[in-house]
Amino acid sequence: MTSKQFLAVLASGALFGFGLAVSTMVSPEVVLSFLRFQDFGLMLVMGGAVCVTVITYQWAPRVMRRPMLGDHFAHRPSVMDRDTLVGAAIFGAGWGLCGVCPGPAIAGLGTGNMALLVALGGIAVGAYVQGWLADQRTKA
Amino acid sequence: MYRQIAGSTLRVAAVCFHLFAQYTGVGMMQSLFPLGWEHYLLGGLLIGTGVSLLYLLTGWVGGMSTVFSSTWSFVSSRAFFQQARFTDTRAWRLVFAAGLIVGAAIWWITLGPSPPLHTGIPLWQLGVGGVLVGFGARLSNGCTSGHGICGLGSLQWPSLVAVLTFMATGFATANAVLYLGAHG
Repeated sequence: MTSKQFLAVLASGALFGFGLAVSTMVSPEVVLSFLRFQDFGLMLVMGGAVCVTVITYQWAPRVMRRPMLGDHFAHRPSVMDRDTLVGAAIFGAGWGLCGVCPGPAIAGLGTGNMALLVALGGIAVGAYVQGWLADQRTKA
Repeated sequence: MYRQIAGSTLRVAAVCFHLFAQYTGVGMMQSLFPLGWEHYLLGGLLIGTGVSLLYLLTGWVGGMSTVFSSTWSFVSSRAFFQQARFTDTRAWRLVFAAGLIVGAAIWWITLGPSPPLHTGIPLWQLGVGGVLVGFGARLSNGCTSGHGICGLGSLQWPSLVAVLTFMATGFATANAVLYLGAHG
């Protein structure tokens, strides 16, 4: 990572985090009110973000030969298998229990909400267990 | 006289529009978005701009859950975490995560309330929910941003299925918790 890339990633992340805060997605209560059909704001957040992203992801590789500070445009691999479905179902159950997903768990710390460290720690533990189980599956 | 008629017509039209808006449009907006809708849309556009800027400048695709696996590669020698897809990206993913904290802190300092934000969600829910979120997102290879923003942005249909799946189990769990009175 060059120093220019470092700054680019930090600035992009800051925009992302600022957006998470502006949209109040850093508040678990707001996320839970969406999941309880009390406030449909999350649809606007995700819709707005997807609209901008879909334009960039589709348009940039067609008109630019390479990213400004990199050598190629990455593609997000996505496969349809049992893990994708089972994982998403488990993720949703946890999300519905705590109202926190990975982005807001990190960004929320910037708003001084230290209770989110508990969720952050939980996510890290969950990610470790997933890696450990994947290793066991490979060995077996 | 024409001016009077035009004036009255305009006034009647304004009243009609006002009533229409109140009973259909605005009323619906208020029940869908009781806290207003502008900040949601603005925040979403900003999030999309952040993801887009990362792509235009570096070509990297940034969902947020991968950082929770890639960061383990710094301390765990386990084969799973030492895969190239984690070790090659762990540095920038950590910087991206730091950016998220910086961005939210800038909001807090400039626009936020002076006391820190807090949550009334019980700690056990945050902890147990967090473990499920971490495990599930990594097993599924994506979360709300990975599948929801980057996956849908890449027009990947497995991501759409994943989003609908976690929305469904999220709805079920959040309402079950409400029903059981564990919170709220």
